[in-house]
Amino acid sequence: MDMNQYLSMFIDESNDHLQSLNESMMGLEANPEDISIVQVIFRSAHTLKGMAATMGFEDLASLTHQMENVLDLVRNNKLRMQDFIFDTLFKSLDALESMVQDITAGGEGKADVTAIVTALQAIVRGEIPAAGGAASAPAAAQSSAELQITLDEFQYSVLEQSLQEGHQVLYIDVAIRKDCQLKAVRAYMVFDLLERSGEVVKSFPSVQDIEQEKFDHSFSLYYITQKGADEMKSMIMNVSEIDTVTAVALDQESLAQMALEAAATAEAPAPEQEAQAAPAASVPAAPAGREENAAKAAPSRTGGAPSRTIRVDIERLDVLMNLFSELLIDRVRLEQLASEVQNSDLTETVEHMGRVSGDLQNIVMKLRMVPVDTVFNRFPRMVRDLAKSLDKKIDLIITGAETELDRTVIDEIGDPLVHLLRNAVDHGVESVQDRTASGKPETGTVNLRAFHSGNHVFIEIEDDGAGIKPQKILQSAIKKGIITQEQAAGYSDDEAIQLLFAPGFSTAEVISDVSGRGVGLDVVKSKITSLGGNVVVYSTPGKGTNFSVQLPLTLSIIAAMLVKIGSEKYAIPLSSIVETGIVKKTQIRTIHGTRMIEFRNSHIPLLSLSKFYSIPDFDESTEEETEIVVVRKGERMAALAVQDFIGQNEIVIKNLGKYLPEVQGISGATILGDGQVALIIDPNAFIK
Amino acid sequence: MAEDIKVIVFKLGSEEYGIEVDKVQTIERMMPITRVPKTYAFIKGVINLRGVVIPVIDLRGRFGIQEAEHTDQTRVIIVNVNEMEVGFIVDSANDVIDLNRESIDTPPEVVGGIKAKYLDGVAKIGEDRLLIMLNLSEVLNKNEIVQLESLEG
Repeated sequence: MDMNQYLSMFIDESNDHLQSLNESMMGLEANPEDISIVQVIFRSAHTLKGMAATMGFEDLASLTHQMENVLDLVRNNKLRMQDFIFDTLFKSLDALESMVQDITAGGEGKADVTAIVTALQAIVRGEIPAAGGAASAPAAAQSSAELQITLDEFQYSVLEQSLQEGHQVLYIDVAIRKDCQLKAVRAYMVFDLLERSGEVVKSFPSVQDIEQEKFDHSFSLYYITQKGADEMKSMIMNVSEIDTVTAVALDQESLAQMALEAAATAEAPAPEQEAQAAPAASVPAAPAGREENAAKAAPSRTGGAPSRTIRVDIERLDVLMNLFSELLIDRVRLEQLASEVQNSDLTETVEHMGRVSGDLQNIVMKLRMVPVDTVFNRFPRMVRDLAKSLDKKIDLIITGAETELDRTVIDEIGDPLVHLLRNAVDHGVESVQDRTASGKPETGTVNLRAFHSGNHVFIEIEDDGAGIKPQKILQSAIKKGIITQEQAAGYSDDEAIQLLFAPGFSTAEVISDVSGRGVGLDVVKSKITSLGGNVVVYSTPGKGTNFSVQLPLTLSIIAAMLVKIGSEKYAIPLSSIVETGIVKKTQIRTIHGTRMIEFRNSHIPLLSLSKFYSIPDFDESTEEETEIVVVRKGERMAALAVQDFIGQNEIVIKNLGKYLPEVQGISGATILGDGQVALIIDPNAFIK
Repeated sequence: MAEDIKVIVFKLGSEEYGIEVDKVQTIERMMPITRVPKTYAFIKGVINLRGVVIPVIDLRGRFGIQEAEHTDQTRVIIVNVNEMEVGFIVDSANDVIDLNRESIDTPPEVVGGIKAKYLDGVAKIGEDRLLIMLNLSEVLNKNEIVQLESLEG
C-alpha cells in the first residue's frame, strides 16, 4: 500500500499527540497522584504507537511501546511516578519528537534509542537507577487488593474458560521476607509448589525475571487450580522465608470487569481517533487553568465534545487571501463608479455587495487567525527543562493562550518569545538561595500573558525576579561605548532600561548556555519591529521585570487614510493617526531650525512629506493653510503636511517586490480602486 | 550541444538584445507607474500587474545609456529571475526568434556601452544583425548597484 498520501496526516497527528503528551506530562508532574491524567497520556501514546506501526516506523512504535509499559504500571498503581521516571519519559518524548522531525524531513524516522529503551525497561522491572535514591522502592504489588496485572485477550479467555469448567481462578500476591538471601530460590519454590496443583497463567514480574532475581521481594500471579484460596495460601506460607501471602478467588463478574478495563485501554483505533480530537480541541483553554487546577483540567479534556475541523493547506489560504484582496480592490472601484453614475438600483446593489464582502473579509481574516497557544504550548516544557538545568524552581503561568493572531505573525514570533522567556528564567528569576535570602518564596513565577487591546495584541513576559538596576545598565552601556558619560547623565531610569535593546548590549556577567551569547535583545527588537510591533521593558528593582511585546492583529489588510500630495497619492495607516487638521501659516513656529506647531498643549515637529519624498509638483510652504496629519509612535507625535485628504479606506498591503531595497519611509504599497499603486507611508520613520 | 532556444528580441536605441523566453513572464504596453522615492534613479517605480505590485526599471538607465521619451512602441518586459519579478522598460519588443546555442559567441569587453559582465554573449543572426544576449542575474545583481552608487556618490 502506498503510504505517502497518509504521511502528512501522520506527521500532523503525531505532532498533535506529542504536544498533548508533553502537556499532560507537565500536568502529571504537577499532580503525580492524578491517575486520570495518566489515562490521557496512555491513550495518546497508544494511538501514536498504532499509527507509527501502521506506517512502518518500527523504532517509533517500539519506543512508544516501552513508554506504554511504564505508563500502564503507573495507571494500575503498580508504580509511583518519581523524578527519574519523569525524566526518562521526557527523554523518550524528545526522542520521539526528533524521530517525527526526521520523518517530516523525509527521513526514515530511525534513531538509536537503546539507552532510553533500557532505562524504560529497567523502570518496568522496578529498578531504580543508583542516582535515584534507593530507599524509595516502587509501590509495586503492595496494594494487593487491586487485582491488576494486565492480561492479554488470550489469557482472559483462558481464565474465563477455566471458570466455566468449574476451576478456581486465584489472584495470588506473594511477598518474600526482606532479609531473604536467595529470593529467586524461594520464588522458584513457590512456583514449583503452585505448578504441582494447578497452572500459573501470568505472573508479574515475568517468570524469567523472577528467576534472574529481577524483582523486589514480591510478585503476583494469576493461577488456575482446583483448590480453594485459603488452602493455597497456607501451602505457600509453608515455604520458608515467605513474609505474607494474599490469595483472592476471582469470579466471572470481576474477571469480566477487568476485561472491560483492559479493552478500554486498548481501544480500537477508530473510536480513538474521535476521542483524540477532544483533547486537541480543549487544549487552547486548558493550559490557562492547568497550573492552578490540573485535576479539573484533565477530566474536561477527556469529556469535551470533539470540534469538527479540517486541515487546509496554508498555501490555499494564501491564494484565497490574494483573490479576496483583488475583490476588495474591485469593490472600491465599483463604489467609485456607482457614486459617479447616481443610479439608485446600482448604488443599492453595490452597498449590499459592500456588506457581504465586509462579512467575507471577516471570515477570511479569521481563517488566518491562529491562537497564540500554537506558539505558547512548547514553553511550559522549555521552562521546566531550563529551570531544572539552572537548578531553579519556576512556575510558568500562561494566560490568554486562546488570543488569536495572524498566521504570518505567529510564524515569526516564536523565536523572539523564546529568547525573552529564556532571559526571564536565566537572568530574571534568582536562584533559590537568593530568593530565600530576600524573603521571597522559593519558587519563582514567570507570567506569560497574551491579550487584545484595540488593533493590537500584547504579549507580556513578567518575572518576579530581582529586576533590572538602571545604574548597572548605564555603566555597562558606557563601558561598551553605546552611550557617553555625558549622555548617561541625561537618561531617566526608564530610558536607561530600554538600552537593553541597543545593539551589542548584553548584561550577563557570565555567559551561560541559556542566554547572553551577545546576540541579544536587539535582535528580538528588530524582529518585532519588522512585524510592525514594538517591545518595551518595565522593571522594578527587587520586584521583577516585564517585557511587553505589542503586535499588530494582522499584516495584510488595514484601515488607512489616503492623502494627495501633488500628483501622487499615499496611504497612512489609521492606527498611527491621532488627528487630522488644518494649520495656518501664522501658527507655524521655527524652533532651532525645526518647524513646530502647537498641538494639545505641547509643541510637535511639522514635517514636509513633499520634501522628504522629493515630490516635484507640490510645496506646502506656498500655502496659507496647510492640511496636516498628526501621527504618533508610542508617546511621541509629529505632524505631516499633505495637500489634500482623499478619505478613509480599507487597503490591502502588498510588498514592493523582492527587487526593491528597503525604501526609507515606505512600508509597502497598495492598489487603489482605479488600479493605480499607492505607497504606504511608514509613520515610524518620521519619529525618531 | 546544438540546442535551440527561443529568444525575445527587444531594442534599446539601435542595438538589438535578447532574453530567453522562459525567463519572460509577459510583455506589456506602457502603463501608469507610481514613483517610488528615495531609491536608485533607474528604478522608475512600481506598477500594478493584475493585482501584483512589480518594480519597474529603465534598462537604458540601468546600463547608463541616455534615457529616452516613451513612445507608442515602448514596452515593459516582465521577467522572473531568481524568484524576483521585475519589469524592464525597453524601446520596443516585437520579435521572437529561434537561436542555436552554438551561434552565441563570448562577448567582447564592451558592446554598445554595456559592460561584458551583463552579457551572456553575442549571436550573429542573418546577414548583419547582431543580437546581444543579456545575463539577467547580473543585471539584477544588487551588490553591484551598491558599488555603482558609492562610486557616483
